[in-house]
Amino acid sequence: MEKQQILDMLVEICEDDIILENPDLDLFEEGLLDSFGTINLLVEIENRFNISVPITDFNREEWNTPNRIAGKLAERQ
Amino acid sequence: MTPYGNILFFIIIGILLLPTVIAGLRGKPAKNYNILISILILALIFGNSLNGSISLILFTVFQLLLIIGYQPYRSQKNNSYVFISAVLLSILPLVLVKVLPLLGLHHLFGFLGVSYITFKSVQMILETRDGLLKEKISFIELAYFLLFFPTVSSGPIDRWRRFQKDLHTIPSGEEYKKLLLSGINYIFVGFLYKFILAYLIYNYAIVFLPDQTYNYLTPFQGQIAYMYAYSFYLFFDFAGYSAFAVGVSRIMGIQTPVNFNRPFSSRNIKDFWNRWHMSLSFWFRDYVYMRFVFWMTKKKWIKNKYTISYIGFFLLFFLMGIWHGLEWHYIVYGLYHAFLIISFDKFERWNKKHKRWPKNKWTHAIGVFITFNAVCFGFYIFSGILF
Repeated sequence: MEKQQILDMLVEICEDDIILENPDLDLFEEGLLDSFGTINLLVEIENRFNISVPITDFNREEWNTPNRIAGKLAERQ
Repeated sequence: MTPYGNILFFIIIGILLLPTVIAGLRGKPAKNYNILISILILALIFGNSLNGSISLILFTVFQLLLIIGYQPYRSQKNNSYVFISAVLLSILPLVLVKVLPLLGLHHLFGFLGVSYITFKSVQMILETRDGLLKEKISFIELAYFLLFFPTVSSGPIDRWRRFQKDLHTIPSGEEYKKLLLSGINYIFVGFLYKFILAYLIYNYAIVFLPDQTYNYLTPFQGQIAYMYAYSFYLFFDFAGYSAFAVGVSRIMGIQTPVNFNRPFSSRNIKDFWNRWHMSLSFWFRDYVYMRFVFWMTKKKWIKNKYTISYIGFFLLFFLMGIWHGLEWHYIVYGLYHAFLIISFDKFERWNKKHKRWPKNKWTHAIGVFITFNAVCFGFYIFSGILF
């Protein structure tokens, strides 16, 4: 799993290229991700990287930026 | 005695919490003392009705057994039917409390706080299923969580993993001092909201509305005035109560999540539900909507993911509506909010494509104005004055 793959996935889900420019963007603050987007993200994480993250473990304070998401996924690999 | 209902309640808990405060300022743990006084205060709150006390005890033991019993099972096996049965059993008492009065069986079973304890209990079964609660849970700590007296009657709804972390953290004297001061601050905000502002709005506006205005207002104006007055009353009354609950929790070293974050300044309806009765809406978001959408997406019964999301919103707000009570105005209130949020979602997606509604301070102000009025109309339905 490479970081670029995670960023590409986020661009697809959030439908915005700004993620590539600023990987420390707060996705929830910016309105790029909401509960619906989160679900799509979790489904995609499972499909692409075969990592299953329980919904209740996805804490918005800890999973709010592309860099943090990449970090969390690296921990779980 | 109703929690936070009168000054006597505050005096009693003020005296009982003195040792907690002294221990806290010295950086010493007060957990066992807090558990002890909680039993006393619960007796004070529920003691006036024998029926209510027995119901509460039986109900709590039932929930404790369910949670503590499901945990060892889950560490061995993971059958979906066992999981579903555990969830259904956990909500059964709440369903009975709501349905029995409709069958003419009033006061057979029911007490203050039944739904808030149920929320906590269901949440624990769901998180056990997710494999997030693997450590052995202490019976006493779990009972303390379910019956935590500052929030027992009407929330905010805390989460076990968060609560337990606070319970096992002993703040230094300096950290506790901060916690104590913010707790006292919350309690005074509560006094201002509930005993001054909500009281004044009720006694100087709502009692005369909609049609006791001595012809100062036309019937239509009376209804409009009632809609706004009731909305502000509801906010100050409940936000005041929630501030008391958060404040007292902090004095006891527990950082219960806040329930309100300036909801009337929301820029759209999604924003509103992130600011109004937050612990309840986050509960429904995490344990109903997200789970439903996740499950449906994986099952692939419905191809269009937006359709799934809309069914999810509908389910969330329908359940939230009937949770308030099995009456038409609550059900319509729920459906009204489902309609608002689905419409807004469609607009948001349309705008993402066409970019007709830019992001600036003017559109922000218009957004706040529209949201505020849409929300007040929702409370007007909720008040039950229409039907």
